[in-house]
Order: sequence, then C-alpha cells, then structure tokens
Amino acid sequence: MLSTQNPDTRSSEVTYWFKAAEVSAFPADGGACVKYQNQQIAVFNFTRRNEWYACQNMCPHKQQMILARGLVGDQCGEPKVACPFHKKTFSLLTGENLNGECYEIQTYPVKVEDGFVYIGITE
Amino acid sequence: MSSSPAHPQRIVVIGNGMVGYKFCEKLVAKAQPGAYQITVFGEEPRPAYDRVHLSAYFSGTTAEELTMAPVSWYEENNINLHLGELVTGIDATSKLITTHKGLAISYDKLILATGSSAFVPPINGVEKEGVFVYRTIEDLDAMLEYAPKARTAAVIGGGLLGLEAAKAAMDMGLTTHVIEFASRLMPRQLDEFGSDMLKKKLENLGISIHLNKSTTAILGEPGVRKMTFADGSELDVDMIIVSAGIKPRDELAVKAGLSVGPRGGILVNDALQTSDPDIYAIGESALHGGMIYGLVAPGYDMAETVVTNLVGGEKTFKGFDMSTKLKLIGVDVASFGDPFISEPNARTIVFEDRIKGIYKRINISEDGKYLLGGILVGEAANYNMLLQTVQNRIIVPPDAEDLILGSRGGGSESAGAGVLSLPEEATICSCEGVSKGTICNSIKDEKLCDVASIKKCTKAGTSCGGCVPMLGDLLNATLKEMGQEVKQVLCEHFQYSRHEILDIVKVNNIRTFDELISHHGKGDGCEICKPAVASILASTWNELILKQATIQDTNDRYLANIQKGGTYSVVPRIAGGEITPEKLIVIGQVAAKYGLYTKITGGQRIDMFGARVDQLPDIWEELVNAGFESGHAYGKSLRTVKSCVGSTWCRYGLHDSVGFAIQIEERYRGLRSPHKLKGGVSGCVRECAEAQSKDFGIIATEKGWNLYICGNGGAKPQHAQLFATDLDTETCLRYLDRFLMFYIKTAEPLNRTATWLNKMEGGIEYLRQVIIEDSLGICADLEREMEFMVDTYACEWKEVVNNPELRKRFQHFVNTPEPDPSINFRPERGQKVPVI
Repeated sequence: MLSTQNPDTRSSEVTYWFKAAEVSAFPADGGACVKYQNQQIAVFNFTRRNEWYACQNMCPHKQQMILARGLVGDQCGEPKVACPFHKKTFSLLTGENLNGECYEIQTYPVKVEDGFVYIGITE
Repeated sequence: MSSSPAHPQRIVVIGNGMVGYKFCEKLVAKAQPGAYQITVFGEEPRPAYDRVHLSAYFSGTTAEELTMAPVSWYEENNINLHLGELVTGIDATSKLITTHKGLAISYDKLILATGSSAFVPPINGVEKEGVFVYRTIEDLDAMLEYAPKARTAAVIGGGLLGLEAAKAAMDMGLTTHVIEFASRLMPRQLDEFGSDMLKKKLENLGISIHLNKSTTAILGEPGVRKMTFADGSELDVDMIIVSAGIKPRDELAVKAGLSVGPRGGILVNDALQTSDPDIYAIGESALHGGMIYGLVAPGYDMAETVVTNLVGGEKTFKGFDMSTKLKLIGVDVASFGDPFISEPNARTIVFEDRIKGIYKRINISEDGKYLLGGILVGEAANYNMLLQTVQNRIIVPPDAEDLILGSRGGGSESAGAGVLSLPEEATICSCEGVSKGTICNSIKDEKLCDVASIKKCTKAGTSCGGCVPMLGDLLNATLKEMGQEVKQVLCEHFQYSRHEILDIVKVNNIRTFDELISHHGKGDGCEICKPAVASILASTWNELILKQATIQDTNDRYLANIQKGGTYSVVPRIAGGEITPEKLIVIGQVAAKYGLYTKITGGQRIDMFGARVDQLPDIWEELVNAGFESGHAYGKSLRTVKSCVGSTWCRYGLHDSVGFAIQIEERYRGLRSPHKLKGGVSGCVRECAEAQSKDFGIIATEKGWNLYICGNGGAKPQHAQLFATDLDTETCLRYLDRFLMFYIKTAEPLNRTATWLNKMEGGIEYLRQVIIEDSLGICADLEREMEFMVDTYACEWKEVVNNPELRKRFQHFVNTPEPDPSINFRPERGQKVPVI
C-alpha cells in the first residue's frame, strides 16, 4: 500500500522508482544515504510530519558528501535539512538554499510501499 | 504634488571632505525630490573619507573602508560629483564659478566647505625630502612609501593631530619622537597634570616626548638627517611629520572678495553666511565668533544649520562645545566643557593614580551645583555622562567626587545620574546632533531592538562612535520602560530561553525532544533547537545520547569529530595528559592498523584522523578493550583538564597538579554543557598548564589552590578571573560543582563561560555571592545535581561497542555495505591527509 508520499509535483514525471531500502533502515526524524548507480542520495524519514524526502547527498557549499547526516527541521513550516558542516539549510521541497545563498540542491520524489522506500528517478 | 519648483535651485558645494559630504547627505534627506540641483567639487581624487580615523589606515583599514559614501551614492542622489577638479574662481556678481579645467557653472547658492590644510611653520629646511604633513590619504601613502628607508621619525606638534601622527609613525615601525613647542601635550585640552600623565603613558609605550622645544632647522642632504632646536639641542631623525595645526583654506574666498579674519578663516554670521548672503562657509574654513573649529562635530552642526535654512526652516549656529574624547595609542583622553576653569571661578576635584596612570579633574561651580568641565586621562568611561551633566546643567550629587570615583558605598550601581535621568533634549550623539528624545522615540516607534538598527535609523553613533555605549544603555532602559524584557528565545520553535526550557524539562519530567516540542513549542524543530535541547536533556537526565541520535549534531550522533572530506577523528580520554607507555603503544597500533593520521592536540591528548564512519565502532572496540574511554572531544562537554607536571617531578611544584587534574577530569567527564568546557591545573604560579585561559583554572599556592574561572582562548581570548584563593581540595571541588552546574543551568546555548559571565548582571561579584555565599539558596541543589551527573556517568563508546543495534547505524549507505567512494587520501609528511 501507499502509505506516505511527499508532495513533489515531479512525481508524475518519474520514469523509474528505485527500490532503496526497508523503512527501518531510516532513523525516525533523520536521514540515511542511499547509493543509486554512481550517485549518493540522502533520504529523510520525517516521522513528525509523516513525510519522506530525498535530495542529493552532496552539500554544494563545500562539495561534501554529508547531507544525509544533517538535522531535519522546518523553517516557518517548510521542511528543511541543515548541513552538519556549516549549517547551510536547504528546503526539502524545492532544494532552494534558505540562507539566501545562490546554490541549490536536487530533490527527488519518494514513495513508501510494502515497507520499502522508493526514490523517483527522472531520466 | 505641491511645491516642487519649476526650476530646481542650483547648489554648488566646493569641497568634498567630511563636512561637505555631510552637507549633501543632510540636504538630500531634507529636500523635496527635484528641488535642488547639486554639484560638488572635490580636489582630491577620491570621494569624502573619514579623516577622524585616518590613522587606522596604517593599521590596515583600507581607503574604501574610510570612505563616507561611494561614488554610486552621489549618482543615486543625482549629485554631480567632480573629483580631482579644483575650483579656481568665484564671480559673486554673476554667480558663477570656474575650475582649472575651464568648466564654468552658475549657482543660486554656493557652499564653501574648503576645509583646511596643514599649517607648516617656517622652519629652515622644512622643504627637504622626508618631511611630510599628516592630512590626506595621499600624504599617508607618501609616508608609507618613505618609511621603509627611515628608522626614526619626529612629529612636530604634540596636539591631538600630532599624537595621531605619532601613532601612525609607531604603526610604521619607526622609533618615534614628539616635539611640542608648548610646555604640555594637547595644550588646548589638557592641564599640566593631565599632560604629565599622558606623557608618562606614551613614554611607557616607547614614544619620546620633548616639551618646550622650538625647532630651528631641519638638516640633511638630500633627505632629513637631523633637527636642531632653539635651546641648542639636536635630534637625529630621518623622517619628520609636521602636525602643528591647521590653516583654513580661504584663498578662494579672498580672491572672490569675501571678508576673512585677520589670521585667516572665512567670516560667517550665525546662519553661516559669508559677507555675500548667497555664499555660505562651513567646516574648518569658516571663522565664527572668532573661532575656527577643527573638529568634525561642529562642522556637521554647521552643515545642519545651512541645510535647515535652505529648506525653509530656522536654525542658527551658536558656537560649539570643543569637548572631545579619543583613544590615543590605547590611552583614553577626554576633555569637556571648560577644562581649565579654576578658582576663584570654580572649585576643582582632582584624582590621580600614578600606579595605574589615571588622572581625572572636574571643575564644579562655586555653589557646588553644576559641573563646568574637566579632564580625563587613562580612564574615560564616564565621559559621555559627564559631558551630558555639563551640557544639560544637571545638578551634581552632594558628593561630587562620586562623579569620577564611582560610588564607594559598596553597591554596584554607578554614581551620578544615569542615562535615564537626562532630559529628552540632551544631545547623545554630538557628531550627528541626535537627542535622547529622538533615539528613545525611534526605539519605541520603529520597534528597534538593537544598537545597529538605532544607528541605521537615527544616524547616532555613526561618526566618531563615542556615544555607542550610551545607545546600548538607552535601548535597554527604553525597552525595560516599555515593559519589554529583552527576551532570549531559542529559535522560531521555542518562545523560551535555554534556562526556561531546562526548567520545563525538569519540572515536567520530559525525556524526549518530541515530547517537549509537542507540548511546549511549535513546528518540527531545527538545527538550533535540536542540539540545544539534546544538551539540556543530557545535562538533566544523563541518559545515553544515542537514544535520540537524530536530534544530535553530527559529532554527537557519531560520537566523533567530523572533518573535511566526511571522515571522523577519534580522541580517547587521556586525563590530565598522563598516559602509560603501554597505552601509548595501543594508540600507535590502532592508528597504524586503520591508517589514521595522528596528531597531538592542544589539550594534551592524541587525535587520530581519517576514520570512516563504518570504522568507528571497530576502532573503539580495540580502544575500549585496552582500557580507554571516550574523550568527548565531539561534544559540547568537558574536554580536558590540562596539567603541568607538578610537585611530583618539578622542583618548583607546590602540589600534585597532575593528580588533581585527573581527579577533576574524571569527575566531570561526559558532562554536557551549553558549550565546551576546558580546565587546567598548574602546580605553581609559573602556570605551565595555562590554567588562566580555561573555563576553570586552578593554580597551587603555598596554602592550597587559587581558583580562576571563565577564561577562554579561541577567537576572542579572555583571561580567567580569580574567583577564590587558598582553597583546600574539597572546597575547590565544591565550588567547581556549583559553578559548573550554575553555568549549565543558566547560560544561553553556545555561550562559553566567559561570555556567560560577561553578560551576567553584577559580574563576578554576583557570581561569588551565588557560589560562595549561597545568596540564592541553591547551592545544595547544584551540588546534588552535579553528584547525580557524576554518579550516572557511563562511557558512550563502551555502550555502542557492546550494542549491535547501535553499531549498525555506523555505515555510510543503508543499501550497501561499501564505504563512501568519494573519500580519498594523499600522503603528506609520512601520513595520509584527505584529498578535497
């Protein structure tokens, strides 16, 4: 069954749902990193909101593979992740940097089915 | 729209110094849009800059940083700015000016803000190479270029500007002499005793001061080599800076037939009009009431006067107080009101402390009611209040000496009238002419909540900056008056301070972040409140922090310090810096096995870098099995207690500093706090453990231990302060228990103990009352709470190593066991370092 899905409008454009890992692999209100081909994708189990998000694992500020280890939270209701290195924060909805800086991150649609987490890939 | 005239009035400003610029700024602010067409001529190549802080140029401040407003500002405000262009003639009859480039421009009103040039006395040889004046950025550039060829510089002139020039010479690394014709330094501001104190202070800093010296000749060919004086003495120098006073730039006015004073200066009336009513003079070129004003504040007031009259208001310039405060080469000097008035017209109170180098003089009216003026050297914190007391004719307290000595009744309240007692019309910022009423009303009306926004909104404090401390006082007082506490809230999710949250957690027995935010906050939390609450929960319940791993900062989440490239470093506890050879070998073996880079830390232990997240549990398993435990280098918690070798080995040591350091480090290991905590124990006053730079430092004395608290190194180093002396070991620990727990409970997040103390009302004296005298009656609680923390300590790494579920979390990917492929290393000096 389809339990939760983030409100990413690009879900309709997904060409392939990558089966990442079991739900239990992702800590509550936290993230973990998934390897897809040669990419690293951070997936967040936002238990408090009953929502899932995914984005690139690399923080564009200093090109560190780290965002999955960041703290999730919200800014005026908008879900976000903070990079552990220098606390740069990004919207998990749009990938936009919330500190007013001009880089952004790639986000991915996520769905959960039968206890597994899937990441939406658009080729 | 109403009154925009068909033809804008043509305003020409000659001179683009501080006052000329300020005139433009004020006119633009007050004028109807389109009412004026403003043209400005400046002969220097750059727009107006801050001459008051010119000496900062020598200590690294750039020309750009000194600029009052960039060229784009003039463009944005439709001001035609002509830089590097000299006005050569004024035709007052046909209202026309001409420039050296042949430009001719008509004006309706002409503003002369031509300023002054350095007065160069007619000394033989003054034209020689190596003689400079101190006036413009170009002058400074010329000096900087010449200085490498020179070793010794003499400044002619011991006045305000001369001493600024002396600082510049010192900053250029030159041996510096100051030559003053008069019998004292800063003769317009200081009396003999004040000058004497300043002289001693400057001499201590390595500046030679020569008073009563009249320079007769400057010798040397081609460059300066020697100065000779009227008393027959000589001085070998290879550079000279002339700073003997100013000369108003009135040559253009003279040519135009305007009236000037017998010793120079363009004569103006109270409206700053020259003898031609359409021509105004402001700033250092204007001669008003027989005075040339060489300070910026009266110049700004003149600009304000002319602007007010131009836009249809009414204001006259009635002369200006020459009070001034400045920091000369680190020495505070101030002079206010009438600094010299003495008996029989006034009664003086003088305070002199030749040990600390402080001289204070105040002059009180004969009836004892009013402060007339005074002088402060070496310590001038009360200058603003004293100046206001003079200017607003505030009745002085019956014990007038309190004004300079502070109230000595033992209380901590400051003497004299506080800033709140000033009348609304009291001028707080004399440079910009901003009154107390204006500032307080802006705070209320514009809802300002910090000094920066007061500066932005009112311009107060933007020029010399002397009134900035008063702005802070006014802000706090006004907010308090409005019933607003300056409330420290954690972030958008919690409308509470850290201290309040700690109480909420404790009273409601809250154990998780979720529970707290659901009942006492809003939203989902963030990177500010999550680690802060994690720290509070840890400081209160002391449970394993990995029970709530995802509210921890990454260092706490993986119990290691994240480094560049995403690897972690590992630091086992080496209490007091003491370690056995066997344990040293284990560290070496583990580091070699996992290929870790090793380095000795600043806290007397060993850091192993370059561990992947998946290697951490294995590394720690080996360390734990060898008897090591977590060093908490990753936590906002106790780091190390550094020690010297102490009485066991050292021939100077008084007590066993190593043993005590180990005892303390083991007592507080794992203690989570608002920020990191560092300690030190030294075995004697030689202080090899650098204990006075720690959050708590202990130094052995003949009779016991001296306890210092609230110091830190880092970006803003601060010495720890002596808290209690000659304590026995047990008392020392008891005070430490109380102090640390009080800090943990009351500090804001990420405030070190020094910052915490700096913000504390009543300071260290208050802290002594709480910790030593138990003035709040909480010491028993603090000790009990600390005892709980000590009793419930457990090594976090030991728990992880022995818990397969927790170990599983230490991997990079959740869908494959392989490590992060982006981690790369390269060799350097025989070890590996990350490739970024």
